[in-house]
Amino acid sequence: MTAPLLQVKGLKKHFPLRGGLLQRVVDHVHAVDGVSFELAAGETLGLVGESGCGKSTTGRCVLRLIEPTAGEVLFEGRDVGAMGGEEMRALARDMQIIFQDPFASLNPRMTVGAIVGEGLVIHKLANNARAIEERVAQLLQTVGLSADQMRRYPHEFSGGQRQRIGIARALAVNPKLVVCDEAVSALDVSIQAQVINLLEDLRTQFNLTYIFIAHDLSVVEHISHRVAVMYLGRIVEVAPSRDLYTSPKHPYTEALLSAVPIPDPTVARKRVVLQGDVPSPIRPPPGCHFHPRCPRAQAQCKVEAPVLRELAPGHVAACHFPN
Amino acid sequence: MALLEIKGLKTHFKTDDGWLHAVDGVDIAIDRSETVGIVGESGCGKSVTAKTVLKLIDMPPGKIVAGQVLWKGRDLVPLGPEEMQKIRAKEISIIFQEPMTSLNPVYTVGEQIAESLRLHEGLSRKDALDRAVDMLKLVRIPTPERRVRDYPHQFSGGMRQRVMIAIALACKPQLVIADEPTTALDVTIQAQILDLLAQLKDEMGMAVMLITHAMGVVAEVAQRVVVMYAGKVVEEAPVRELFAHPRHPYTQGLIRSIPRIDLDAQHKVRLEAIPGTVPKLIEPAEGCRFAARCKYAVAACVQATPPLREAAPGHKVACILDVAS
Repeated sequence: MTAPLLQVKGLKKHFPLRGGLLQRVVDHVHAVDGVSFELAAGETLGLVGESGCGKSTTGRCVLRLIEPTAGEVLFEGRDVGAMGGEEMRALARDMQIIFQDPFASLNPRMTVGAIVGEGLVIHKLANNARAIEERVAQLLQTVGLSADQMRRYPHEFSGGQRQRIGIARALAVNPKLVVCDEAVSALDVSIQAQVINLLEDLRTQFNLTYIFIAHDLSVVEHISHRVAVMYLGRIVEVAPSRDLYTSPKHPYTEALLSAVPIPDPTVARKRVVLQGDVPSPIRPPPGCHFHPRCPRAQAQCKVEAPVLRELAPGHVAACHFPN
Repeated sequence: MALLEIKGLKTHFKTDDGWLHAVDGVDIAIDRSETVGIVGESGCGKSVTAKTVLKLIDMPPGKIVAGQVLWKGRDLVPLGPEEMQKIRAKEISIIFQEPMTSLNPVYTVGEQIAESLRLHEGLSRKDALDRAVDMLKLVRIPTPERRVRDYPHQFSGGMRQRVMIAIALACKPQLVIADEPTTALDVTIQAQILDLLAQLKDEMGMAVMLITHAMGVVAEVAQRVVVMYAGKVVEEAPVRELFAHPRHPYTQGLIRSIPRIDLDAQHKVRLEAIPGTVPKLIEPAEGCRFAARCKYAVAACVQATPPLREAAPGHKVACILDVAS
């Protein structure tokens, strides 16, 4: 068996909270609190959860856009955290990110050609202006734009087209892993479907591996091979995407799935409505983070944090009393 | 007589490039105690339609160019600010998408709920605050006696939206316009708010005009659905009929472009995306506005604007073709 493309082990990110007159560190936000997962080449792993669950921070820690507090990220067996500047720059070619906001993530003063071509210049992937232009033209066509649009500026494009520009920029350096951080969340559904289809085509065409981060479970389930559900900085369940929907093991996953509105009025469903809100990640509840809202919580859940264990082939959950 | 009847409404906005036809001849009727979903993508005019009903549009640059908004038979379009004030919150109220920006940060939530009660029902400050506690209880906020004195920033997003609902329902309006009420919320909180709205509707019997871009939300909440595209109503039908037999190519495309979590893998097909983008609405030409993106379009589609016609009982569509779904 081949080694996984990416291994994440015990990843933690605690953001310091400063307060008082001297702005001393008074507390920490436990954004990511011990996350481990693996990813095979060509696979798409979905990362879902509600606001503040740490899914975006996890994605950024993998790329080292944020320095993790603890834990290891291994890319093709090499420890990303231990890499120096030169090595890290080389790695940046292999790992790219597509952001959510197609309005904020493109420099308004650069032409589309300059945005898409920037990576080629930085990584010296094309040695003259002509070669860069040819490659940019080819990339724009790959993502469904036309080559003559490279001299235009981002404001001349719609939201969906801008997201295509962001995808072309990520693809320019022939990455192996692409982190899609809410890449289709800001788009209207008809446009969202265009971009999802494009991402699926590109995966096959270039043998890409995706970490697909989103809060929309339907989108994640559609595009991913496997889905990891996060709650308050921890992964509570990982399963092949169909299994996750048909037989969720963790009560949080169950509630999350039952809350997704189904666009079919004839589907009658039993909804598990969770009481209350997600607690603060500054002082997460002891034991299982989910116990204050859990309909199945017992005394054990309040003191002992459950670990991920395999309940069915390829299906793990962190719950003392799983389904 | 319908409770609210919007007839031939046109709300346009003056821009540097010309007049933007945001709402361009819209007909929508809502009966007493009915929940009507208005669905469409960004820029289709659904929010502007709702805001025009309550005249919450800045004029200028906005202008109601034509049409009527009949509230229990009386046209609201010619009414002045004082007369509209008597209708807003009292008879028709609105819940906005973003509860943080629509609540005033320097007043307690109790004072904000009490405001319309004092204005419309002439209650004293103390009586109005007592009623505010009742309203917080109604929207299931724990320890309402204490929370009534809290400020908006002390509430979470979901709790703030409950406060917005309490404000909207305080004077027992006959119609509540909910403009993307759950769009900014996480899915489990969205489920809480939608359940709450449904329960309150059963208890109080008001009509609801639910504006949303989410077909899933419409499917679960609405009795009747109006689909808008580029400033016009393209289809209208009872909810089951709309999802079972969508007649407009745009509605069909919209339904097929959503990933379905409840379908098995073998049924799962590649999403059917609608090519192209929404047209610009600055002084648009005659003809069907969806024609450029429509796979069935024929020459006649761009020659004249298709009227909204009744294709089956209670099912209206603005398409000259009969496209089976």
